[in-house]
Amino acid sequence: MGVVTSLGAGKADNWKRLTAGESGIRTVTRFPIDGLKSTMAGTVDFVTVDPPSSTGLTERLADIVTEEALGQAGIGRTGDFPGPLFLAVAPVEVEWPQRLEVARAISKSDFDVNDVLAVSGGGKFTPYHRRFMFGSVAGHLAEKFGTKGSPISLSTACASGATAIQLGVEAIRRGETDAALCVATDGSVNPEALIRFSLLSALSTQNDPPQGASKPFSKNRDGFVMAEGAGALVLESYEAAVARGAKILGVVAGCGELTDSFHRTRSSPDGKPIIGCVHKTLADAGMTPEQVDHINAHGTATPENDKMEFLGISAVFGERAKEIPVSSNKSMIGHTISAAGAVEAIISLLTLEHQRIPPTINYDIPDPAIPFDVVPNVARDARVTAVMSNSFGFGGQNASLILTREPI
Amino acid sequence: MTAPKEAWITGIGIVSSLGEGLDAHWDALNAQRINVDEKRFAPYIVHPLAPVSFDAQIPKKGDQRQMEAWQRIGTYAAGLALDSAGVKGDREILGRMDMIVAAGGGERDLAVDLAILNAYMKGNSGPAFLNERLMNDLRPTLFLAQLSNLLAGNIAIVHGVSGTSRTFMGEEAASIDAARIALARIQSGQSDITLVGAAHNGERTDLLILYEFDDFNLKDKFDPVWARDKHSGFALGSAGVFLVIESREHAEARGAKPYARLSNVVTDLAQRKQPGAVTKSLEALWSKLGMPKDNGALISGATGVEPVTSEEKAFLSAHPGCAVRATGTSFGHTLETQFPLGLALAALSLSRGALFPPNDPTGLEVEMAETPTQIVVMGAGHWQGEGMALVEAIK
Repeated sequence: MGVVTSLGAGKADNWKRLTAGESGIRTVTRFPIDGLKSTMAGTVDFVTVDPPSSTGLTERLADIVTEEALGQAGIGRTGDFPGPLFLAVAPVEVEWPQRLEVARAISKSDFDVNDVLAVSGGGKFTPYHRRFMFGSVAGHLAEKFGTKGSPISLSTACASGATAIQLGVEAIRRGETDAALCVATDGSVNPEALIRFSLLSALSTQNDPPQGASKPFSKNRDGFVMAEGAGALVLESYEAAVARGAKILGVVAGCGELTDSFHRTRSSPDGKPIIGCVHKTLADAGMTPEQVDHINAHGTATPENDKMEFLGISAVFGERAKEIPVSSNKSMIGHTISAAGAVEAIISLLTLEHQRIPPTINYDIPDPAIPFDVVPNVARDARVTAVMSNSFGFGGQNASLILTREPI
Repeated sequence: MTAPKEAWITGIGIVSSLGEGLDAHWDALNAQRINVDEKRFAPYIVHPLAPVSFDAQIPKKGDQRQMEAWQRIGTYAAGLALDSAGVKGDREILGRMDMIVAAGGGERDLAVDLAILNAYMKGNSGPAFLNERLMNDLRPTLFLAQLSNLLAGNIAIVHGVSGTSRTFMGEEAASIDAARIALARIQSGQSDITLVGAAHNGERTDLLILYEFDDFNLKDKFDPVWARDKHSGFALGSAGVFLVIESREHAEARGAKPYARLSNVVTDLAQRKQPGAVTKSLEALWSKLGMPKDNGALISGATGVEPVTSEEKAFLSAHPGCAVRATGTSFGHTLETQFPLGLALAALSLSRGALFPPNDPTGLEVEMAETPTQIVVMGAGHWQGEGMALVEAIK
């Protein structure tokens, strides 16, 4: 496993800060924030790329976490990973710095789109084509790490990271491969991305102090905080891992997915798709709700998500929904969007390893409508054998994972 | 492991520059019709979407308004596929139907972009300028019309396809992998029925700019794909294609009639820095596909850009008995949609007992008199990704 968030690079650093209840959210310094409603984010400022682009940073973050994961797994040889790549990555498009570069090549004033087209070809901007292809990050990773076959780039919005893991699990279960590299990465805090979410009223506007903005399950929560990060997991069939004497960090006991066809950004008010998703995941793992002893929540801190997540969980877990510890990593690292499902799966696995649950910070005013035990503000030692990690996204994407220390 | 299940193509939805539906496409292909617009984006050439009444598959105007053109095209084609499979409105089946969509992104608001760029170039922009313009000028829901996974989202909302939903990205390769994963899931019993496909709006200046960066656009004069040696490039095309693929037992249990069997899909990522890498990759895929008959039929998604089209030709010249058809000549290049388009035309041809006629002055495409029983669908992306599928007749 490998992980990068705004809290730092690597599992050790992230775990230390997560369990200390630290926030990686800060006021954005990468670009001017004048005129923005939300001015904070969980940017990964300690990694830079030249020339700057979100897609370039996304790719670099993926490199870093993959190197960490492969170093720990000790599988294959350098540049020769014995299986396919499943990459969760944000949709790609030409970005503003590059758009401005092209505009600078136009000699006349008051230009139109034909003038832009006229200067775009001829080899001046050739690298922009590669950089802004949707398959570019996966192509780079496949070549660098020598994954096998055609790499898959995927997006299921905020559930993408979980979907990447799910695709890896399915490939292994089909017997196509003994190992899969599942990577999820997002380095897309740029002005337009922030503004797009802001225009959908999805972001917190409690800018001061930035560390206090992400308030999952609190009464005064007002949206999510955009963030960057990446996670990589080497998945192997249990038999193959045992056979090669690998140190097994945990087991993906079950995956489930169910689409919500209610609305583009809102959940079905009856919560049925979330409930169905959780049920499918339990069934896939062959487990009952009683066997799950911690939930790593999607917990975005939008008014809608947290309410619906409680509705879904309580429908499945009954009275236990109030007792089972449910924490949101997003209170500290923000919402790493395309990466979130994998980053949070890794934190779930670290929770199993350390038998300690990271807290939900900024939990000062509980929402009486959401009577979860959110592990408020301070990490807690606990016996944890199975963690459910939830991811719900725009477009009706719901995906859940159950992670365990040992095979069920 | 249990034997792989047989996978049938039981639904085809297609809308393109040649029209909509199977009969219209069969007639157009047999008439060797090509629909290009050389004026609207001159000097660039595009294959524009034929007139479509979106109301027929997307009844709510509100839904149509929430979508960009590529989403409307795709949601429309998905509806046609569900109709064709006889599952439209069947809530029980749709509620557990899996979906894999290959997608790019939606069109930008070019008026907003150009106004911002012009202002920058005139120097009247402070640090807050970009933020303020974007905050004020972007339509709030435009983002949802651009997001890759929202084609799948719209298909779920409009048609109720709501089992699982995955969106693959990455140009041509995305849909080849979508077909591969859909087939593998059905063969292994992970899925009973899957909707798979893609949509592309080729009438977009922002895409012309993106592909112009590396000089991929066909300019000035239309030529069939195989006749672009000295004048290479692709002409963007608009199309949406979706297929319903299901296990044979699932299809038989509900009395569905198959168009064809999807027998195999294989993919590769050749490292193209080496000249000849694509030819080599295609040869290896041909072997992996199960060595189809050399005197069979092959539908290619050749783009017309170089060097990949010449590498495809080198592969084809090693299999001279094959009756080849290039979809790029008739439909233009539709990126993610090109491979599902090939699958759709292969299944259509097999179900009609004939391969449609050649449309190629160079002589690479030859007549095929006999009834095809196997058709290979081939895709080699304009910059990366290779794949092949084997589609077979069901007797």
